[in-house]
Amino acid sequence: MTAEQVWDALAGIPDPEIPVVSLVDLGVIRDVAVDGDRVRVELTPTFLGCPALEAMRRDLAEKVEELGGEADVRVVVDDAWSTDRISPEGREKLRAAGFAPPAPRAAGATTLVQLQSKAFRCPYCGSTETRLENIFGPTPCRSIRWCESCRQPFEQFKTI
Amino acid sequence: MNERAARLLELADDELVVGWRDSEWTGVAPTLEEDVAFSSIAQNEIGHARALYEVAAVELGSDADALAFDRSPDEYRCAPLVELHLLDWAHTIARRYLYEEADGVRIEALKSSDDAELAGLAAKIDREEVYHRLHAELWAARLREEPRFRAAVEELWPHALGVVEPALRPELARRVGLAEVAAEERGAHRPELAELWEEMTEVRRSVPGAQW
Repeated sequence: MTAEQVWDALAGIPDPEIPVVSLVDLGVIRDVAVDGDRVRVELTPTFLGCPALEAMRRDLAEKVEELGGEADVRVVVDDAWSTDRISPEGREKLRAAGFAPPAPRAAGATTLVQLQSKAFRCPYCGSTETRLENIFGPTPCRSIRWCESCRQPFEQFKTI
Repeated sequence: MNERAARLLELADDELVVGWRDSEWTGVAPTLEEDVAFSSIAQNEIGHARALYEVAAVELGSDADALAFDRSPDEYRCAPLVELHLLDWAHTIARRYLYEEADGVRIEALKSSDDAELAGLAAKIDREEVYHRLHAELWAARLREEPRFRAAVEELWPHALGVVEPALRPELARRVGLAEVAAEERGAHRPELAELWEEMTEVRRSVPGAQW
């Protein structure tokens, strides 16, 4: 078994909360190391309080076991993940499913100006005439926006 | 207990207890938007507590759930600010604002700590806290001239100073724009913490080892 084969298999695992994107698209799989039958997968949470973390850990272990490997899934909580690690394919899948992808991180800290800018395009009608409705949404990683053009609320993936 | 473990428990206990207090607004906040905001903030704070307890657990040969729920109320190291059972919105927003400012000062210091593991975790936590500070600061800006809010901020200010170590207090005072006063220090707990503990640990105590 090679690390490439494991990566390919893991690319088929959907995110438990936003199944249109895979865990690989989200960039939360940090490393795969194969040593004989032992497969070590490093996973990083998007938000520390993400309740999907246990489901992700279980799905990864099951996938490795399907390949005949012995899974060692480790959760790494350092600062290496940000929403910039979501792949271009992942961003497009989010958009197509009605989630505005996160804005790229600015060089400095996130500012109010960035949050209020009109950079977020409505995933339904494409308008940039949208505004922030609530910083917080149905899960820690999402905010709620409102499109002034098609007059619909939509979800935006937070930039972190 | 070594100094590192003690510090981790202070941080983790603050986040667990403030998260629990924030969650008390789930379902009963004044507006639906705030209901969602408080629930989401509570979830984040408790997530931070979990990550901090996990680091502390390695240090103490324990596990995160045991640290969070198996200690007696007097063993918790949380600051008085987070223990308060607040029933009105002015005090609730004053606490959120003051806690986020204090936590911001503390996290910033931790990010440049020599302890690489803690510095990395602090940076991860800070990415999420940006949104909490934004929420708190927007509320504080909106309520700044309201007498009830101003009185609540002044009343809770000594408690806010007690969240951070003395060396960081001048910076906190600068950010909040109030003069430093005698802090309400960590140590003895109010009866409110024991009441919260009863609720917080109920499932754990009635069904030992329960998983959910």
